[in-house]
Amino acid sequence: MSAPLLTIEDVAVELPTPRGNLRAVDHVDLSLDAGRTLGIVGESGCGKTMLSRAVLQLLPKKAKLTGRVMFDGQDLVRLDAERLRRLRGRDLAVVFQDPMTSLNPVLTIGTQLMETIQEHLELDASAAKARSIELLAAVGIPAPEQRLAQYPHQCSGGMRQRIAIAIALSCEPKLLIADEPTTALDVTIQAQILDLLAREQRRRHMAMIIITHDLGVVAGRADELAVMYAGRVVERAPTPALFKRMHMPYTEALLAAIPKLETAPHTPLPAISGRPPDPTRPLKGCSFAPRCRYAAGRCHEAKPELKSAEMPGHLYACFHPIQMSERTDA
Amino acid sequence: MMQIAARTASGTPLLNVDNLVVEYGLGNKTVHAVSGVSLEVARGETLGLVGESGCGKSTLGRAVLQLRRAKSGRVLFDGEDLTAMEGEALRKMRRRVQLIFQDPIASLNPRRRIGDIVAEPLIIAGVKDAAERKRRVHEVLGAVGLDPELVSGRLPHEFSGGQCQRICIARSLVLNPEFIVCDEPVSALDVSIRAQILNLLEEMKARFGLTLLFIAHDLAVVKAVSDRVAVMYLGRLCEVGPSEQLFAKPAHPYTALLLQAIPVPDPDMRPAESVATGEPPSPIAPPSGCRFRTRCPRADQRCSAEIPELREVAPGQFAACHHPLA
Repeated sequence: MSAPLLTIEDVAVELPTPRGNLRAVDHVDLSLDAGRTLGIVGESGCGKTMLSRAVLQLLPKKAKLTGRVMFDGQDLVRLDAERLRRLRGRDLAVVFQDPMTSLNPVLTIGTQLMETIQEHLELDASAAKARSIELLAAVGIPAPEQRLAQYPHQCSGGMRQRIAIAIALSCEPKLLIADEPTTALDVTIQAQILDLLAREQRRRHMAMIIITHDLGVVAGRADELAVMYAGRVVERAPTPALFKRMHMPYTEALLAAIPKLETAPHTPLPAISGRPPDPTRPLKGCSFAPRCRYAAGRCHEAKPELKSAEMPGHLYACFHPIQMSERTDA
Repeated sequence: MMQIAARTASGTPLLNVDNLVVEYGLGNKTVHAVSGVSLEVARGETLGLVGESGCGKSTLGRAVLQLRRAKSGRVLFDGEDLTAMEGEALRKMRRRVQLIFQDPIASLNPRRRIGDIVAEPLIIAGVKDAAERKRRVHEVLGAVGLDPELVSGRLPHEFSGGQCQRICIARSLVLNPEFIVCDEPVSALDVSIRAQILNLLEEMKARFGLTLLFIAHDLAVVKAVSDRVAVMYLGRLCEVGPSEQLFAKPAHPYTALLLQAIPVPDPDMRPAESVATGEPPSPIAPPSGCRFRTRCPRADQRCSAEIPELREVAPGQFAACHHPLA
């Protein structure tokens, strides 16, 4: 087997704040092969966005990053600014949550698309324009030629996200990072955008990282899932294996808290009590222990390391894992 | 022409919205935000109102509370017509109806202390006795799961989104209202916190005997708390019915589309390729006839010529469609 396209090795991110150092990402290891999809799932503040910024080398200036991010044979952490700039937007593309703020409001859609294309692929204006039209058509924008002359405010949220995806895809990236790509969108538009991403991914054999707080968004769409809590990966597995038998109580609780269509109205939801710990005051034990219904003595004393489950590729960080033998609650 | 959209099982409804029309001016154009909506909410009931952004669901909620005045139609609350009320009478009536917004952080004044924020409705309502105000503030803060002694003196930025929503709920309860419009109260919250707030709303409803209009775009969230659900599209109601029934057997193609679009947290349920449905048209120039017809797989000529009326398709379930699903 060849080396993975992306390897995140022991990456930690610290941000200085007035209240002390905030450990946003706490020694994370992940890897992703070409053409595969990794879903990173967790609540706000769990470090999932910071981790993706670490991969893109787009961290705040004051942030301290340690570890290695190997992408296509080079360590992005040690790459100089010029080579990074050439890589980003070309081999390494990103789609952000809010398409209103990620597009420039005073430039036309055509200008924004062609700017990226001409920066990275030596095309003249007419070739870049032809390619822009082709891309807009590929992401499902009707009358793409007319759209080129329009500004972002003339498009709906779903359209804007399609345009952001077109820009991200414009240079045939090897890796696309989609950070909550549908959180700002309606449920019907969300389904369309997720389908679009999946289709373009297959067509281009591109690797993709989908970052989301909604397990539903990645369940049928990611090959592998990593669940993050308080800056760490607490469970990681191929998607079917994870849903078949989750070992980390947090993953179970996260899934249970989603309202289900099959459930009768007025059924109390199994909420996770409390909230995540203050990231400037790291706990000695497992970060989830204060909210965990299985937590016992040791959980408050020591941090559980990620260890392998029976299934190959399934890792979890818990002293009292659930569903270790057969699934019992089915 | 008039339709009883949602006849409830017994008694007079607490809220009766009758053929409500709300329009906004936009330059020399008109946004048809709500175009003839009729619905009823029985005392003690939760009516869920779902639809995509821009369908007019929030405008409807605001028009019920008279925060946006209707162009025509009536809003009867406990038998009294709110649309005919003004000034002092309306202010008095507003004590009985409250509103919870989507963004809990933006709806709290960042420079005021939590105790003062929650007490403000009491001051406006003319409760002069400071000790009485404090007692009420402590009561509602305790009810929403916050420690009054601990939080009263603090500022909103010291709280998380979920806690801010608890504070907003406390503020909405402090005048002992009968009816609360919840406008996307959990959309801005994380999954785990969302469940806490939904459970809290259910508890508060039982404890304070509330009637709720629960507005959201997430069908699963709506189902979790609603007795009946109304589906709205581009200013009109498509379908109204008891939650279980509507979700099990949607009659309107739009309801079916919404249900299909929900991501299911189960990898075995490979998402079906989303039906090519496009996006809602502009409410400035809504389609003739059935407003959903431009995205509807079942649309034919009749749908563009004739506006479908809400008709009973099953006991208690009404759909506005010329070609309802069996």
